[in-house]
Amino acid sequence: MEKFDTLTAIVAPMDRANVDTDAIIPKQFLKSIKRSGFGPNLFDEWRYLDHGEPGMDNSKRTLNPDFVLNQPRYQGARILLARENFGCGSSREHAPWALEDYGFRAIIAPSYADIFFNNCFKNGILPIVLDAQIVDELFKQVAANEGYQLSIDLDAQTITTPDGKAIPFDVDAFRKHCLLNGLDDIGLTLQHVDDIRAYEQKRQQQAPWLFS
Amino acid sequence: MQARTLYDKLWQDHEVRDNGDGTSLIYIDRHLVHEVTSPQAFEGLRLAGRKPWRVTANIATPDHNVPTTDRDKGIADPVSRLQVETLDQNCVDFGITEFKMNDVRQGIVHVIGPEQGATLPGMTVVCGDSHTSTHGAFGALAFGIGTSEVEHVLATQCLIQKKSRSMLISVDGVADLQVTAKDIILAIIGHIGTAGGTGYAIEFGGDAIRALSMEGRMTLCNMAIEAGARAGMVAVDDKTIEYVKGRPYAPSGDMWDKAVAYWKTLVSDADAKFDKVVHLDAAEIQPQVTWGTSPEMVVGVDSTVPDPMSFSDPVKRDGAKAALKYMGLEPNIPINQIRPDKIFIGSCTNSRIEDLRAAAAVAKGRKVADNIKLAMVVPGSGLVKQQAEQEGLDKIFIEAGFEWREPGCSMCLAMNADRLEPGERCASTSNRNFEGRQGQGGRTHLVSPAMAAAAAVSGHFIDVRELD
Repeated sequence: MEKFDTLTAIVAPMDRANVDTDAIIPKQFLKSIKRSGFGPNLFDEWRYLDHGEPGMDNSKRTLNPDFVLNQPRYQGARILLARENFGCGSSREHAPWALEDYGFRAIIAPSYADIFFNNCFKNGILPIVLDAQIVDELFKQVAANEGYQLSIDLDAQTITTPDGKAIPFDVDAFRKHCLLNGLDDIGLTLQHVDDIRAYEQKRQQQAPWLFS
Repeated sequence: MQARTLYDKLWQDHEVRDNGDGTSLIYIDRHLVHEVTSPQAFEGLRLAGRKPWRVTANIATPDHNVPTTDRDKGIADPVSRLQVETLDQNCVDFGITEFKMNDVRQGIVHVIGPEQGATLPGMTVVCGDSHTSTHGAFGALAFGIGTSEVEHVLATQCLIQKKSRSMLISVDGVADLQVTAKDIILAIIGHIGTAGGTGYAIEFGGDAIRALSMEGRMTLCNMAIEAGARAGMVAVDDKTIEYVKGRPYAPSGDMWDKAVAYWKTLVSDADAKFDKVVHLDAAEIQPQVTWGTSPEMVVGVDSTVPDPMSFSDPVKRDGAKAALKYMGLEPNIPINQIRPDKIFIGSCTNSRIEDLRAAAAVAKGRKVADNIKLAMVVPGSGLVKQQAEQEGLDKIFIEAGFEWREPGCSMCLAMNADRLEPGERCASTSNRNFEGRQGQGGRTHLVSPAMAAAAAVSGHFIDVRELD
């Protein structure tokens, strides 16, 4: 997993609540058996005017000029500004894979769906929770200022605005540690092999039917 | 000892270690695997040279991509076919039990787990699928995970988890006949919202929940995720134990008695404290129909499509406006004037035998209305299909003009050939009415099986109780 420490980037606004993972990456692209290559189909049904299928040459498809990520001012954006309950619905990890493959490394929203939130951390994406009022103010700033950028410092847990104001944010200590160091969980868990074996032995005494 | 909730008990019985940083290592008893979210996890195991920690904890089946017609011809779409073949090969390579496409035990993963007794009370059950919450109906801790966690479970039999807060949703009193588990859960989501359960593990309780069958409880817990909660659960009672008894993976003999003794402890203590408690009156719940593009956009069938201007929150108002535009609906029209083009009875929410019986009871002796282009019934598993055929339900459906299909996820998410065309409207017993979920531009109204059948034979939504 790629490390995340600091990021200064253009912010793209996704101004609607309850953006679900079906919208982030539609089902037909879930047929892939790979982990990469989902970026061109991120938000496919909103982003293009035609119907997308796996294997199409996306560079030849007609873009929807009204869709926010197609607007010239948001090209190169790496921070996504979103509303409540972002990433709800399906558990598909293809959603953070698509966001990451497109170029997003951080999301700012008032709330996220639990599974999506968790999946982000496994893929080097930092989902930041901020108070709805602060998010609302950021939406206004992004709309008013072309090329609006934010600077995120994970270690300091701050977002710095162009006028130098620092907005603090919370992040779980464990998730922060993994993201800062680019650590995968499996290796960490396998440091506790003895604990897992001991648990299994004890549990097998109590509930043997679970091991038959 | 301090009074504990069911969730506390399940958590404590599976805690391998407290990591001291707000997370714990939690042991996983059962891992269900399907073709869509597993290939990258198996690939990860291969690349790291790892093997499944406890191979017998895993059970696999293909469900999302499988066709619901002409199974003997295989899968026409080469991309779907490769995904299913990849699952088959991974199960061979790693020694995992799989119910393959043409096995009678194949079906939607959340139908076959309980059907096989592979889901048992007191278990932790996970799957790379958000509707894993279904298995909480058995007094199990069950939740959906992403593909990285699928790999983590395969490799370590554990997950690193942070304990959720606890919520009790008590549905008190008696629900009207024909007001089903689906109507209850939609009413709950309408009440608390799609993010109402975020960060919580929900326990459903109250008289109306105790009165539900196991199938009904599965429908209820299935949609906990649509209320934002990864896990929903119902305490163990005699119905739970009765359902499990005699199933292929259930314990037997002395082991059965020992298991039952433990399972009977899987209830919240009388004075256990929940972080949040919500009460609903079952008697006030009408048959539900969603009108928008989020499951919280739901009303009783006797109601009207809301006016977006009636929402005071600007984000909700904009959401409602966008939803009505997408759905092709005007504010204030009565729900029972909405006319679907297609009917879908199936999905991990509503494809079990009781669901099919409820729909068949409405369809019996009636005909699908002329304006309905397609009405399809997709059983949840090969065994559900077999049982329904033994009961003659297939004949009732076919006689009424429904199509009787092979088991799978089908038009719940349209990864196979079953889908809506742009602009088509569907009365669906599935769980998500998101934009494009059932096909790009498709419009989904979530309802119970009886309500879907009632819409099929009436040509428009109607209170199923008016047909009696």
